[in-house]
Amino acid sequence: MSNKIATAGNMGKKVRSDCFVTLELKDSGGISIEQKSKVQVMYGESNKKLCEDILSFFEIKNAQLTIEDSGALPLVIAARIEAAVKELIDTDKEYLLDIIEENKYTSEKEQFRFSRLYLPGNTPSMMLNAGIHDPNGIILDLEDSVAFNKKKEAQLLVRNALRGINFYGAERMVRINQFPKGLEDIKYLIPHNVHMLLVPKCEGADQIKQLEVKIDELRKQHKVERPIYLMPIIESALGVEKAFEIATASENVVAMAIGLEDYTADLGARRTNEAVESFYARTRMVNACKAARIQAIDSVFSDVADMDALRENVKTSKGLGFEGMGCIHPRQIKVIHESFAPEAEEIDKAKKIVNAFIDATEKGLGVVSLGTKMIDPPVVKRAEKTINLAISLGLISENWREEFLNEQAG
Amino acid sequence: MVPTEINGKEVIPFKGIGKHKPTGRKYAPPIPTVIDYPEDGNKVIGSLKEALQKCGLKDGMTISTHHHLRNGDLVSNTIFDTAAEMGVKDLVWFPSASFPCNEPIIKHLESGVVNRIEGSMNGPLGRFVSQGKMKGTAVLRSHGGRVQAIQDGEVQIDIAVLAAPSSDAFGNGNALNGPSACGVLGYATADFRYADKVIVVTDNLVDFPNMPMEIEGNYVDFVVVVDKIGIPEKIVSGTTQITKSPDRLLIAELTARFLQESEILKDGCYMQAGAGGTSLAIGHYVHQILKEKGWKSKLGFGGSTKYMVQMLEEGTMEHIMDAQAFDLDAVASIDKNKNHHQYPVFNAYNYHSKGNLTSMMDIMILGATEVDVNFNGNVATHSDGYLLHGIGGWQNCLHAKNVILPIPLFRDRIPVIKDEVTTICGPGEMIDIIVTERGIAINPKRKDLIEKMKGSNLPIKTIEELKAEAEAICGPSQKPNLSDEIVAAIKWVDGTVIDVVRKVID
Repeated sequence: MSNKIATAGNMGKKVRSDCFVTLELKDSGGISIEQKSKVQVMYGESNKKLCEDILSFFEIKNAQLTIEDSGALPLVIAARIEAAVKELIDTDKEYLLDIIEENKYTSEKEQFRFSRLYLPGNTPSMMLNAGIHDPNGIILDLEDSVAFNKKKEAQLLVRNALRGINFYGAERMVRINQFPKGLEDIKYLIPHNVHMLLVPKCEGADQIKQLEVKIDELRKQHKVERPIYLMPIIESALGVEKAFEIATASENVVAMAIGLEDYTADLGARRTNEAVESFYARTRMVNACKAARIQAIDSVFSDVADMDALRENVKTSKGLGFEGMGCIHPRQIKVIHESFAPEAEEIDKAKKIVNAFIDATEKGLGVVSLGTKMIDPPVVKRAEKTINLAISLGLISENWREEFLNEQAG
Repeated sequence: MVPTEINGKEVIPFKGIGKHKPTGRKYAPPIPTVIDYPEDGNKVIGSLKEALQKCGLKDGMTISTHHHLRNGDLVSNTIFDTAAEMGVKDLVWFPSASFPCNEPIIKHLESGVVNRIEGSMNGPLGRFVSQGKMKGTAVLRSHGGRVQAIQDGEVQIDIAVLAAPSSDAFGNGNALNGPSACGVLGYATADFRYADKVIVVTDNLVDFPNMPMEIEGNYVDFVVVVDKIGIPEKIVSGTTQITKSPDRLLIAELTARFLQESEILKDGCYMQAGAGGTSLAIGHYVHQILKEKGWKSKLGFGGSTKYMVQMLEEGTMEHIMDAQAFDLDAVASIDKNKNHHQYPVFNAYNYHSKGNLTSMMDIMILGATEVDVNFNGNVATHSDGYLLHGIGGWQNCLHAKNVILPIPLFRDRIPVIKDEVTTICGPGEMIDIIVTERGIAINPKRKDLIEKMKGSNLPIKTIEELKAEAEAICGPSQKPNLSDEIVAAIKWVDGTVIDVVRKVID
């Protein structure tokens, strides 16, 4: 054993809901735990028990463990201690807390992905309340927002967050690192309740295929039955040229996103608000997505203070055929939803379809038809989503059908 | 159990809301005669020390101050430094509030110059008291409770030392001008009217008559002129700011939506919200709703901020009534806008009065460190048992028609909703609505609101559900380790003792 002291986590004046652990393995003397915590009075006892349990799980008998705690939840403390342990000893064991009931929902290929909120993968304070802002998806980011020397501890924190933080129905996405690191990341994700992986800097179908092989191995090993969806991110000139190939690389690619910061850098052009420099890339990508029948997702809008500019941006985006956008601040979610909201005409059409479906079900008919047209189940599903979305945005009331039938009876 | 004696004086335990009605007459200070005062009206004296000596400062006296200079106050600490120099002991400091800048008082508490503080305990002072280090027992009162105690003679002020951003030589003082201008002196009214002796301390002596006279010269014994009474940037914030926290903005938005859907927010309503980031955000959303509807709030009670001033100037608020001003725009507005009125807490909050403003308010936005499943609220102590805040106007404001507490469900793993609050500062029957980022709880007593909000899209939950939700996230918590020793008494607005604070054992 070359190194006997390891640290993990964060501390400092602005750090909240996190902890910084220092673990020193010793040759004798048993376990000694020291806590410096602002919630000592309330959680000192239970934190101590948790620490003891983790150390005993990893069969550590002699050690000094120091925790500087700024109100970290047990799943955060556990991730930090495990990270320190794994710096010091080689083990495949994982200290797992239960998957909470509230997170046992699945996601679907067809669901709305208007907004996806980026959360730095090593910052617990931003994860805790992410779900209450009602994004369609949350992205726990292991890539650009995590410092190079924090990559390993972030894997564990993200794993624990996927299992234990209630995201209130948001699709759970993780942006993995570029390969080969990204292929390592998924070990901490696939068995732990992730819905979708975002694959950064994607430049060809082979990358997706390579990833799928690894995913399938893990799915088999851990008996994960549901598919793991993929959203490749196109961030280079080459990626744009290969867009269709990437979009059709696997049936699990359900959406594709564009990352304009890196793309414009690759072009050697400056990123402007008007975005003329990326017009070709965006339309090309949208076209590839539509040809592959998957969702096209736009880049993030980085001025978090300017909601009017964001609104304009989303309008343009929707106009080009995009079906969603990244968010880097929870306040952007509402604006994005409102701007991607279905228009009156869309809602009317959805009402007719859903009504026909309910009619058919009530009459015990197997086939839904509207006038002379047969309606396929995915279309019904989509219409239902449009209706639900319209309700959740307050565009129509929950009793819309009553009103609809009254109008029809008119 | 609440004791019947505090600091050697008999006290009455809380009897219930509106149950304690004292009889008898109000307290009165001694009758002065003009013959004892300079005919030319010049009451300026050489130094604070000389003034204190002439006022007969001696052991055991009660000294009052106001807190309008907030964390920039340079006067309060000087009084006790001077008293220490004079060798006086066992004083009672009776401020309308204390701030972290008053930490130096701790050395006078340790040396015995000051026996106790009867007022808010903020930061380091609260910690000192909670550890059982203060000789006497602290008494915490609301702003209204403080003026009630003065008026009823529960607290007899021997000497009031009142900082005034401007004063003439006769002692007429206000806060509109001078380097330490803070807008209003609404907390000093009871002090100058009821104290035996009154000393005005100013760094801005102006010609007679200094109008308007918020401190009335007829009540003043001496005027002391010093270099500086305060540090301006610590007196008012240059500017108050709406919160940028997405979670708090969400709470604010939910609150505003609740107010609108429940029709508590209506044309002509009376409203009050604090100057905290979340309250300001609520104000902002309410402003938008009023504008959209073409409505107007009849009046807002301060402390005022630039956001309230904006409502006044854009016509969504008709009057601001103000006991204090929180930022520079608010200070400027008092001088500029004729509908921005100075209105002392004596008139707004006093419970032993022929009515007051609090029960007229439609919308009251307040905070709390803890609330329990019976809606009882705590603002004085934290969940670790430490005394860290004053009561401010909180208890008084509970008398409003609709009391709304927008609070996060937990703060850095500290849940806000408990089975029992650490300290009861306000009875649950007066708190109507708790708005958190994860749901809104309506007091079961408010059947009307529960009925009204049926079918609403807002996340209405029971308080038990909210508590369980926080506990599922934060985990079950231990209670603080407290001794039997009482370190502070919490007074209710009628002068009875509603709860006590006990010493924390580390």
